[in-house]
Amino acid sequence: MADDKKLSVFVTVGTTSFDQLIKTVSNDAVCQVLQKLGYSRMVLQIGRGSYEPKPRSTDSFKLEYFRFKDSIAEDIHLADLVISHAGAGSCLEVLGANKPLVVVINEELMNNHQVELADQLSNDGHLFYCTCSELLNLLETMELSELKLFETGKAEKFGTFLDRVMGIS
Amino acid sequence: MDGVDVFDILFLSILAIVFGVAYIITRLILVLLDIHRKRKTLSYGKNKRKSSIKTMIVVGSGGHTTEMLRLLEHVSNTYSPRFYIMADTDKMSEEKITKFEKQEPQGKYLICKIPRSREVKQSYLSTVISTIYSLLKCVPLVFSIRPDLFEQVLCNGPGTCIPVCLLAFLLRVVGIKQTTVIFVESVCRVKTLSLSGRLLYYFADHVLVQWPALQNTYPLAAYVGRLV
Repeated sequence: MADDKKLSVFVTVGTTSFDQLIKTVSNDAVCQVLQKLGYSRMVLQIGRGSYEPKPRSTDSFKLEYFRFKDSIAEDIHLADLVISHAGAGSCLEVLGANKPLVVVINEELMNNHQVELADQLSNDGHLFYCTCSELLNLLETMELSELKLFETGKAEKFGTFLDRVMGIS
Repeated sequence: MDGVDVFDILFLSILAIVFGVAYIITRLILVLLDIHRKRKTLSYGKNKRKSSIKTMIVVGSGGHTTEMLRLLEHVSNTYSPRFYIMADTDKMSEEKITKFEKQEPQGKYLICKIPRSREVKQSYLSTVISTIYSLLKCVPLVFSIRPDLFEQVLCNGPGTCIPVCLLAFLLRVVGIKQTTVIFVESVCRVKTLSLSGRLLYYFADHVLVQWPALQNTYPLAAYVGRLV
């Protein structure tokens, strides 16, 4: 019975570095909240970050990390919750896999346009988003069941558009 | 006699410059009018279409490459050979493209590298300087594989694409090649165009956006739904 409740979180920063996020999710307060919510495993993809979290390996909570993989599709597939940076690629990959997603905005980036997509997708009810300092509070209060299914974009329309403007029928 | 010769040469060169400038300005106006008309009607204009379209693709970095490759999955074999232009610092994009091309071995492709015109977090002033640098580095690339290999530029995302698109535009203004430039704005732009997008809104044949709100702000952009 206990096995059914072993939920896992996957944290990803994509191709960039986002030390503040890694520090935030790996601190005791966040780990405790996650444990309370039934999560017993956290996997972090830390990219080019200089901060390396302390691996944890207790019976009730495991924390492990890696820098890069060819594909994080499997990690996403195995997760019950994904916490991601606001990169479009990561967000859409997670939503495409139909996994609950919390996006954390990196406030240090110039012209923080990445908020645009997270804001839009959050207004449409597909994900939750916050800054590093708000993460703890969001994790405690969010209702994952409120999230709506996300439909992947229609990339084939690009081919059609291209053929039309290039005069190929 | 010597004085007259110098005067003649001076006169002729001024004449040549005046005609040159007039020609360039006329071409510039014609090209801009052509772009404007094509945007409004989404037509292909008077371009002669070939059975194969040599396509130059400018890829951004990281997620932008993934986004671009997802679009390219639905692009037919007519668009071949493909020339991928990317920042020299971008190892990950190179791997993704090589993998993508192996998956669908439809046509020929080549990867060309140029210096990056803007890194994340770089300020605007140094962006201008590094853009000029990568523009200079692009000239031999674009002009050596010039007319035959240059049918269309597709680009997506940040800095690298501006220099290449400007050169493509230049080829057209001086009348060397009818290059169609299509800019696909990244899906992460919901309300504002990227710097590349704002510039290419004036120079590209088509700017494709992925959210309806963007098209309201930029009426000459095209919108056919979210693509990724």
